[in-house]
Amino acid sequence: MSEPAAGRAFLTNLYPRIVKPHGAAGVPPNLPDYQQARSAFTWEAARALLDGLPGGRGLNIAHEAVDRHALGSRADREALRWIGRAGGQRILTYRDLKAATNRFANALRSLGVQEGDSVFVLAGRIPELYIAVLGGLKAKCVVSPLFSAFGPEPLATRLGIGEGRVLVTTEPLYRRKVAALRPSLPKLEHVILVADEGDAPTEVPGTLDWRQLLEPQSPDFVIPPTAPEDRALLHFTSGTTGRPKGAIHVHEAVVTHHITGRYALDLHDDDIFWCTADPGWVTGTSYGIIAPLTNGVTSVVAEAEFDSATWYGILQRERVTVWYTAPTAIRMMMKLGIDAVRGFDLSSLRFLASVGEPLNPEAVVWGQQAFGRPFHDNWWQTETGGIMIANFVAMDVKPGSMGKPLPGIEAAIVQHNTDGSVTPIDQPMVEGELALKAGWPSMMRGYLNEEERYRKCFIGPWYLTGDLAMCDSDGYYWFVGRADDVIKSSGHLIGPFEVESALMEHPAVAEAGVIGKPDPMAGEIVKAFVALNPGFSPSEALRRELLGHARKRLGAVVAPKEIDFSPGLPRTRSGKIMRRLLKAREFGLPEGDLSTLESDVR
Amino acid sequence: MNEAEAKTLVLDVLSSIAPEADLAGLRGKVALRDELDLDSMDFLNFITFLHQRTGINIPEADYPKLSTLDSAVAYLHR
Repeated sequence: MSEPAAGRAFLTNLYPRIVKPHGAAGVPPNLPDYQQARSAFTWEAARALLDGLPGGRGLNIAHEAVDRHALGSRADREALRWIGRAGGQRILTYRDLKAATNRFANALRSLGVQEGDSVFVLAGRIPELYIAVLGGLKAKCVVSPLFSAFGPEPLATRLGIGEGRVLVTTEPLYRRKVAALRPSLPKLEHVILVADEGDAPTEVPGTLDWRQLLEPQSPDFVIPPTAPEDRALLHFTSGTTGRPKGAIHVHEAVVTHHITGRYALDLHDDDIFWCTADPGWVTGTSYGIIAPLTNGVTSVVAEAEFDSATWYGILQRERVTVWYTAPTAIRMMMKLGIDAVRGFDLSSLRFLASVGEPLNPEAVVWGQQAFGRPFHDNWWQTETGGIMIANFVAMDVKPGSMGKPLPGIEAAIVQHNTDGSVTPIDQPMVEGELALKAGWPSMMRGYLNEEERYRKCFIGPWYLTGDLAMCDSDGYYWFVGRADDVIKSSGHLIGPFEVESALMEHPAVAEAGVIGKPDPMAGEIVKAFVALNPGFSPSEALRRELLGHARKRLGAVVAPKEIDFSPGLPRTRSGKIMRRLLKAREFGLPEGDLSTLESDVR
Repeated sequence: MNEAEAKTLVLDVLSSIAPEADLAGLRGKVALRDELDLDSMDFLNFITFLHQRTGINIPEADYPKLSTLDSAVAYLHR
């Protein structure tokens, strides 16, 4: 499906470069000169922007995010400004956040939870989620936030792989999704339920109530010595085959979180920052929890799901200065039109960034029309732990490009050689795999219990991202597509295997093939092709039954949006479903080399 | 379209998007996204299907008016 590279060069010129004014009035950028910052950069200097635990006891993310501010001049600054779905507010200053996270760390200790145990969090964006993540890090647990829209099956898989010992969630989520899983999760000892504010304590057998557990705890806690390489976070991501992978991040990752917050998001001391991502995904943890707090700014947390009027209202009322959001949301706002923005005073906005999937150039430009500023796309992955490539505030934007590598990050487009090695491609605008020179602080340290899959991500000095990209003659990177069959929907990676497996559990399904179907809003949506067992025939009723079956097991975000019946699915001789071919047929693309194909079913 | 017809239509569209849902137990005043575990794409499809089935043009600014069962029914039969 690849075109000659020369045919792609035009991509970079479709939209005129957005030239940034130099020496303009206003807030001076943290990174005024890209080249200079790059050549002067050292990770040691970035590390020196953090405090470290008192007494030289190491480096702990939660200390950098909370305690060091609570002990200093920022103690009474708002750390989290939470806006509830019904419009209510809860403010936690850095001082409050220190006490609350200490209480949770003490609660974990009172339960006998040890350093290195896994604490999972499954909730909407409620303050307790943030407290649990940071308190868990203080107690030196390995914290893993789960996405609350997951169905029971993805939850069971992740809790199982991560050997979760503690789960913090809410009563409705527990009843709907977790209670039935308890017998299959013998390692899960403590489930802590958060009741709505003002509600009575939860009284569910086999669980603890958050407030009753935390109230008697001391607001003082001394973070134990923490080595920078101690495990801190576990983020799950999906591959083409097999189970989801738990990417392990260590406390040293905070060096990347912090410096990228400064450079890629241009966070300044008095900023009001809003990252719209859910902490169930890595963006919502690295940039919805950690980076804004290590930088000492006020972080807005909105519980409500996307709705343009609500969001514009939040931007206006909270005087948000830096806004980090996602392409799907931006495209929905575009659909609503510029007039919907006009009634709002969004003059406080200084910097707009986007991540999740490539931001189409129209959306970059629309930012300028609607907000007077372009959206700045950036690129990174669960495995990279933090932003790796970005459009910086003081750098011209080429709409459609993900920008340039962060200072300290060496990126390349590489080609795979027949001997298994990779070689960087020097010519501009030649497609290859995007690779990063291994060794930055927030690089994953492993996939949990999957040494082989982890090793496969590295060749020589390079971490291979699985993304195909190109680099132009000015050093800007351009996303081309995934090198594998992983589906990118609304910024979430979805493994086709996980969806296929769930469909196969239904008695009617003989085989299933799942692909990403291009979609103007979501980038891709999950589409399934199923072949039925003898005795079953295609019908609307069966289609709905399969859809319901998948949604019940997987949850709305992972389940297919479309299901087609197919008499048989194309397989390779080794029996692998050829998703590439399913995709080509769906979109009328060239089918490529079919020589390994087992059965042609057209 | 009268209220009963509107309700039947809304429920039918919802059952095509979230067939697993217990629509009989659906609370009329709670956001559909929460009641039925809809994601943002599901909600967009909900609007699109309502438009296709009724021909009623639903401008984006009105989407919030269709966020619950009761308000969606009211919107369609007004």
